[in-house]
Amino acid sequence: MSYKVTIADTGEEFHCRELQHLLAGMQQLGKKGIPVGCRSGGCGVCKVRITSGEYQVKKMSRDHVSEQEEENGIALACRVSPRSDIQLQVLGHLKKIVTPKK
Amino acid sequence: MAFTGIMRPGHVQLRVLDIDEALTHYCDNMGLIETDRDDQGRVYLKCWDEIDKFSVVLEPSDRAGMDHMAFKVATEQDLSRFESRVKDFGVETSRVPAGELNGCGERISFIAPGGHRFDLYAQKEQIGNSIPTTNPSPWPEGIKGMKAIRFDHCLLYGNDHDETVRFFTEALDLDLAEQVVDGDVQIAAFLSCGYKAHDIAFIRHEEPGKLHHASFLLGSWEQVLRAADIISMKDIPLDVGPTRHGLTRGMTIYYYDPSGNRNEVFAEDSYRYPDSPVLTWEADNVGQAIFYHSRVLVDSFMGVVS
Ligand code: FES
Ligand SMILES: [Fe+2]
Repeated sequence: MSYKVTIADTGEEFHCRELQHLLAGMQQLGKKGIPVGCRSGGCGVCKVRITSGEYQVKKMSRDHVSEQEEENGIALACRVSPRSDIQLQVLGHLKKIVTPKK
Repeated sequence: MAFTGIMRPGHVQLRVLDIDEALTHYCDNMGLIETDRDDQGRVYLKCWDEIDKFSVVLEPSDRAGMDHMAFKVATEQDLSRFESRVKDFGVETSRVPAGELNGCGERISFIAPGGHRFDLYAQKEQIGNSIPTTNPSPWPEGIKGMKAIRFDHCLLYGNDHDETVRFFTEALDLDLAEQVVDGDVQIAAFLSCGYKAHDIAFIRHEEPGKLHHASFLLGSWEQVLRAADIISMKDIPLDVGPTRHGLTRGMTIYYYDPSGNRNEVFAEDSYRYPDSPVLTWEADNVGQAIFYHSRVLVDSFMGVVS
């Protein structure tokens, strides 16, 4: 079973299978929009708010998603598998290396 | 004996979200060997060519990252000597009793200026490297996966970079081996406690206490390519490589463990002596310093830590 995922910020859409996580679905056809890091729930760069849809979630680092956030639809996209069409907003970002001011 | 003071990285304790997935990764895929478990659920691992009982401790946790990294010092006297020097630098220390980690002697523990916890210890149970010490064979049979030879170093992102480097060089006697600089600002420091190209490295960053990667030695470039095959065969999330670093000259590949902690396996890097000059890369050349072939920085490599 495959579902449609929509990134609200950009309107980008991609399909994701039930057995895949959202980042794998996104990357499969070279789509972009959610930052990609460890793909293992540890780094937090793929943090999203799921505004509609059903999904299952694997264990996520509590440094990045608190229990309360998890209850409110916040998740790490690399740990989320869809069970219906999904709409989401991107919250995470890659960290910036501190480049000294010149 | 040429080695005094801090001898080598002794172990790294990594937090993992799922211990079974972590064991499949570190043991079956990378070739580490399980040597013990404790009542806190921690699992102790070593690489085949290490003599001491463990070099990696996996700690079940609800978050990823590094709990601490430990260095082995040559003697018990070194332990008390460094305890005083760390205190004199202005960093608080505590003692962790022998046996808190199975088989490890008493440890001096402290938080370095960049927010990472480090321990020093002089004793650890030695169980050997599966090869006899008389008429030793070149390698033991039955080692799995990438066949990692030893835990080699960590690269850490932390704040208060300059103070961290001053602490490691002034209080712990490590040498600056290689650096990246932007004008007179140091962006990266590769520090060595002996003859290796580096034993620990720090990158200037704004958050304290982050792990960029824990790194393991392989035997050759061919072994790095074979590790790349395993990364694809086992569907391990790849970060960058296989390629060569300008810094340290090592052949390398980066990927993530199942909790999002980055690992490196590498081979054939450079070496140094106490009288070797410091090697410097300029910020304009940082692409080449990091990825010698592509000369292009990779966003995920620069901007993902655990
Ligand atoms: S990519 Fe690291 S937590 Fe999702
Ligand atoms: Fe490294």
